[in-house]
Amino acid sequence: MIKTKSLKFSYDGKKYFDFPDINLDSGENLLIIGNSGIGKTTLLHLLAGILKPESGSIGISGTDISKFSDTELDKFRGDNIGIVFQKPHFISSLTINENLKLAQYLSPSKTSGDAKKILESLNIKDKYRQKPNQLSEGEKQRASIALALINSPGLILADEPTSSLDDFNCDNVIKLLKKQAKDHRAQLIVITHDARLKKHFKKNLNL
Amino acid sequence: MNIFKLSIKNLFYRPLSSLLSLLLLALGVSMISLLVLINSVVRDQMNNNLKGIDMVVGAKGSPLQLILSSVYHIDSPTGNISLKEARSIEKNPMVGNSVPLLYGDNYEGFRIVGTNEKFIELYNLSIENGSFWDNEFDVVVGKKIATKLNLKVGDTFVSSHGLNQTGEVHADSPFTIVGIANFSNSVADQLILTSAESVWGIHEEHDHDEEHDHDEEHDHDEEHDHDEEHDHDEEHDHDEEHDHDEEHDHEEEHEHDDDKEITAMLIKFDSPMNVIQFPRYINENTNLQSAVPSYEISRLFKLFGFGIETINLLAYLIIVVSGISIFITLFNSMKERKYDMALIRTLGGSRLQLSSMLVYEALTLTISGFIIGIILSRLGLVFISNLMESSFNYSLNSYGILNDEFWLLAISILIGLIACLIPSIQVYKMDISKTLSNE
Repeated sequence: MIKTKSLKFSYDGKKYFDFPDINLDSGENLLIIGNSGIGKTTLLHLLAGILKPESGSIGISGTDISKFSDTELDKFRGDNIGIVFQKPHFISSLTINENLKLAQYLSPSKTSGDAKKILESLNIKDKYRQKPNQLSEGEKQRASIALALINSPGLILADEPTSSLDDFNCDNVIKLLKKQAKDHRAQLIVITHDARLKKHFKKNLNL
Repeated sequence: MNIFKLSIKNLFYRPLSSLLSLLLLALGVSMISLLVLINSVVRDQMNNNLKGIDMVVGAKGSPLQLILSSVYHIDSPTGNISLKEARSIEKNPMVGNSVPLLYGDNYEGFRIVGTNEKFIELYNLSIENGSFWDNEFDVVVGKKIATKLNLKVGDTFVSSHGLNQTGEVHADSPFTIVGIANFSNSVADQLILTSAESVWGIHEEHDHDEEHDHDEEHDHDEEHDHDEEHDHDEEHDHDEEHDHDEEHDHEEEHEHDDDKEITAMLIKFDSPMNVIQFPRYINENTNLQSAVPSYEISRLFKLFGFGIETINLLAYLIIVVSGISIFITLFNSMKERKYDMALIRTLGGSRLQLSSMLVYEALTLTISGFIIGIILSRLGLVFISNLMESSFNYSLNSYGILNDEFWLLAISILIGLIACLIPSIQVYKMDISKTLSNE
């Protein structure tokens, strides 16, 4: 259950972003679509608790995070939100397995998933002991999905997951994301300018 | 996986820059630590061997040389003095205890010292095996020599003339080992001790001609002094001349004894005040030289002091450079790692955890650099000790942690903390939203 109300944000106190309200029941996914510069990433950061709104509320699974302190946000994010970035990020000094272990360490209160099982479901189990820079781009993206899923979050946020992919791979990735979200009983919000994704989502929000 | 393990992994991920910082710190620490160690060990050794010796009397020359040769047995002696003169000093009421030393020969580079039982008392020697010497050519060897040369009671050896192994061999008069001394942690451990008579005996033919003239001169001077005093005391004595004759006779009779020489005499005063007057009295009124070990040794340390200070300063400079290197490494890596760090935050890591990661990295480098430095300094000490052992038969052994080294640890940690201060504050303040949007 994701609910935002009258969400307002400003970087400099002059130009304000006003975001339409989001109303998402549990089990529902959402595609947020809009052109560059319109505040897509800002909205994703607000939902992820990386930015704090000027005004308005953000309710995730019944908790309003808009008034949380930085530390509370870090903890809430670690426990409840998985983020898939456009360009996959890892701790470069750690192997894929160690990256997953670190994610588990950083949110200790959460009963986390089995790293091997997740990697297996993403078809990259054999990359277990490898460093991120030894993986191909496609493998990296799947590994970053594993990183987003490891702590069994209730919400998965994906930022432009398909913008650099061809049609074939675009389809594969979005299907994979939806399947993984479903398997982990998480809600998926994808933020993109990629119109190809519209057909995959029942609920769309245009910015 | 935790933050500390992550820090270690990060260090290994940048092995070259980590290694550079580590080596610089280890180098600085080992230099300082080695200096501190040598300073303390040498001082200990020097002071330990100084116990009970207030003054040394020997032939004219460099006072430092006299001390080094007769107290530490590392330099060559300044020359010999006549036994008669030495005895007259011994009789002075200010002198509490005196130990004669007589050099001449060596065995395998270890000095053979002719002396008497007072030497044994001075260095508190005890016998581990066998007994002290009774007869001429009986010797007691120091523990270190016995171990090194594998000598036993009952073994015999022939000495070489002089203090170098290359000297002429006295094959006709072999020494017999009658005892092996216990370890005394003093210079006596590396000496071969025997009676003065043994050393005189072995050189009787040699020395007789060589230094006879010299002795006579000495004798004359002393006689002169004697006369004066004599005259003064017994001005009205009519038997004066008779006394004189008697004295001469006496000397004639003991001429053999007066010809004899010793190398130096170690003196202990009854009252510490005498250290101020008596050495000057000897230097001004006799042909002998007196030197005060504690004074000469502090002079020696002063001479070395400048060099030691310079190296010390250099070593601290290296430690500071290592701090700068750690800072640059962390600072540069922050740019490379900004996505890594943003990721840690998005995964639920707090600002504090992120900063502590950098602090751990800096402290791991400095503390392991310190430990490597301490190990290097011990290896250095072993090396220097071996060097000293082969050239002076001296060894340094003290490998415990000294107080100064705890300071060094504190300084290393401080350098590490300063180096990571700015990077960790920057990481703490990092705007992850901006970092992630810049991709």
